[in-house]
Amino acid sequence: MRIPSLPHAAFLLRASLAAAAVTAAGFAGPVFAAAKTSVTIGMSVEPIGLDPTIAAPVAIGQVTWQNIFEGLTTIDRQGKVQPQLAESWDISDDGLTYTFRLRQGVSFHDGETFDSSVARFAIDRARGDASVNPQKRYFQSIESIETPDAQTLVLKLGKPTGSLLYWLAWPSSSMVGTRSADNNKTTPVGTGPFKFVNWAKGEKVELARNPDYWNSQAAAKLEGAVFRFMSDPQAQSAALQAGDVDAFPEFAAPELIQSFEGDERLATVIGHTELKVVAGMNNTRKPFDDKRVRQALMMAIDRNMIVEGAWSGLGTSIGSHYTPNDPGYVDLTGTYTYDPEKAKALLAEAGYPDGLSFTIKAPQMAYAQRTSQVMQAMFSEIGVTMNIETTEFPAKWVSDVLKAGDYDMTIVAHAEPMDIDIYARDPYYFNYKNPAFNTVLEKVQQTADPSEQAALYGEAQKILADDVPALYLFVMPKLGVWDKKLKGLWENEPIPSNVLAEVHWEE
Amino acid sequence: MISLLLRRTVSLFVTLLVVSALIFLVMGLLPGDPASIMLGTSASPDTLAALRSELGLDQSLPVRYLSWLGSALQGDLGRSYTYSVPVAGLIADRLAVTLPLALMAILMSVAIAVPLGVQAARHHNRPIDVAISLFSYVGIAVPAFWIGLLLILTFATTLGWLPASGFPGWGAGLGAALKTLALPAVALAIPQAAVLTRVTRSAVLENINEDFVRTARAKGLGETTAIWRHALPAALVPVLTMLGLQFTFLVAGAVLVENVFNLPGLGRLAFQSLSQRDIIVMQNVVLFFAAIVIIMNFIVDLAYLVVDPRLRAAEQ
Repeated sequence: MRIPSLPHAAFLLRASLAAAAVTAAGFAGPVFAAAKTSVTIGMSVEPIGLDPTIAAPVAIGQVTWQNIFEGLTTIDRQGKVQPQLAESWDISDDGLTYTFRLRQGVSFHDGETFDSSVARFAIDRARGDASVNPQKRYFQSIESIETPDAQTLVLKLGKPTGSLLYWLAWPSSSMVGTRSADNNKTTPVGTGPFKFVNWAKGEKVELARNPDYWNSQAAAKLEGAVFRFMSDPQAQSAALQAGDVDAFPEFAAPELIQSFEGDERLATVIGHTELKVVAGMNNTRKPFDDKRVRQALMMAIDRNMIVEGAWSGLGTSIGSHYTPNDPGYVDLTGTYTYDPEKAKALLAEAGYPDGLSFTIKAPQMAYAQRTSQVMQAMFSEIGVTMNIETTEFPAKWVSDVLKAGDYDMTIVAHAEPMDIDIYARDPYYFNYKNPAFNTVLEKVQQTADPSEQAALYGEAQKILADDVPALYLFVMPKLGVWDKKLKGLWENEPIPSNVLAEVHWEE
Repeated sequence: MISLLLRRTVSLFVTLLVVSALIFLVMGLLPGDPASIMLGTSASPDTLAALRSELGLDQSLPVRYLSWLGSALQGDLGRSYTYSVPVAGLIADRLAVTLPLALMAILMSVAIAVPLGVQAARHHNRPIDVAISLFSYVGIAVPAFWIGLLLILTFATTLGWLPASGFPGWGAGLGAALKTLALPAVALAIPQAAVLTRVTRSAVLENINEDFVRTARAKGLGETTAIWRHALPAALVPVLTMLGLQFTFLVAGAVLVENVFNLPGLGRLAFQSLSQRDIIVMQNVVLFFAAIVIIMNFIVDLAYLVVDPRLRAAEQ
């Protein structure tokens, strides 16, 4: 099969420059430095505001979550829910009453004491009428909040919500102070191991160690941390090689990652993100209303070739809307494997013996463009013509595809962890309606038992893999590049974050 | 002269007013809703409505324009949707990078282009001219960001003389700040110098055989003096026009170079606010660019009068 010429001129140019960069780095000589007590972390995207409870972009949580802000619960490196500002909890047998015992001796960076009234304020702010919390629906089932004493918080639910403890760990569920909440967007104040110092817009955010952190065992090991924002992959690469940044936990360009191999100072650590690259289809629009057409298109796709062509072979194929980070992951890439002959036969059976033609609305990002081009070539093998229409992301994509549902096929990386429930939402851009699937997801919420939930999530994954409301392609790798002496950064990203408390330099 | 200044100032304000209304109209027609972008894919309709009313987006376009105009006349340009800080401060911060960068680039460009242009004209169609023309062809063809990449590889990654990217702020000291601006200024200056060299060359060529230059030679001036004292000043009008264009380009159009060097300049602010649909920032930045163009034209017009006595006479 012929893959269209992906590496166009500019791309080749960049690759050759990167090669030159490696050669150049060899002559740069060792970098001598005194024992470092701070770290500079590079990020591709600058957050818009620093309050994760009022805006969705993951970059906000990647700066603030677990560094400045903490939650009642938290998520560890393995993706498991752990206690944080709530040291323990009881769930009533009917699953409708959650009683949290809050930690004593916790205070915000501005001195405000954290207690049950503050926790109640934070949750009410997220679920109230004037709330602009991007995940407000997570608080939907909470009917009332009681605070019998300063260390006890009781949430009364209208219906069992098995994911509540997990959702409470999210950046958007962070505990915020009554005095500081309104200004968190520009000067965030939390309870975390780092305090906010300064934000030079367009350039960097600086944090300093919180000397009064409530948990002396988990206090920050470094004196300070700086997040620097640079969108251009070449600038990222140069900054890493020049030592201007110590780590790029999510390096932007897979085609440049090889340039760090063999570097004696920098380590390359490849893990999983939660970014699921899926090509969603408009399930109510012809011909995608016919399940056989969707299945045929899935069988026309060789996922390994896609990962190779679009993302330099880095990334993990998936067969459903779920990542290997997530509890209960099942590898379903074998449900519809690459088989163009079968795909053609199934298309004929569905009434399209001569193929068909449609348009994909693909955002401008490299992964979306390249994946679309590879898919276009693969579809042409089974007589399907796919036109590629580039759509500006996020603005135009959000209004045309997500809001208006005006598209045949689209492609986007879904960033939110554990968001398989989007297929049960109505309206949602897939226009996928399957009562059996919805029932499984409702059952997930009726139990708080992790192993029961994992089994149900397995069922949900299988339904999607069989029904193919979207073409499941791959999970984006977390391309970490950092100084070999820097320890403690997360290899995987079960939730978008840069947790820095454990990060330290090892000589 | 004073009446000219007055007329120009009035027309400056009228133009800005018209331009601001146009910009508001165009921004209003842009697809994309800032609230949806900020709240992401999971936002419910009621949270979107809450955010829209918080940002004032629930009001009609004319109402938003008039309220912006009212506050702008009092010096308040509004507050960024995304950063939540006053737009005026945001623009001022970026100007502290962009203006010095543009000035450095312009000075370098003039320092390179004028001598090269004069030499090329003087040695018309001889090897020096050909070599200089070659430089200007290459300089025009090669994009500034690519020159920037080469400079980074050479001076930052390999030699380690200058930082690869970023801007420490003027608070870090003049030396440190100028060090970070040096490479991007060179990257911006080279293509500009290439264009300017060609303009200078042809302008000087047009004048070099004029009677007044021949007279200068005839009264015994050397070729160098004749060109620099007589031919070049007469050739300055097209050069100044080009400089005016280049300055506005450097203020408004340096976004690619700012990206490569990761400089928090005005171009990146414009790009970022457009992709985030931070409309209030976008409107003000575009308006600022328009103002720069108008003001630069004004300054260039004045400069014509200074350098060219013929125009001065016509004006009087």
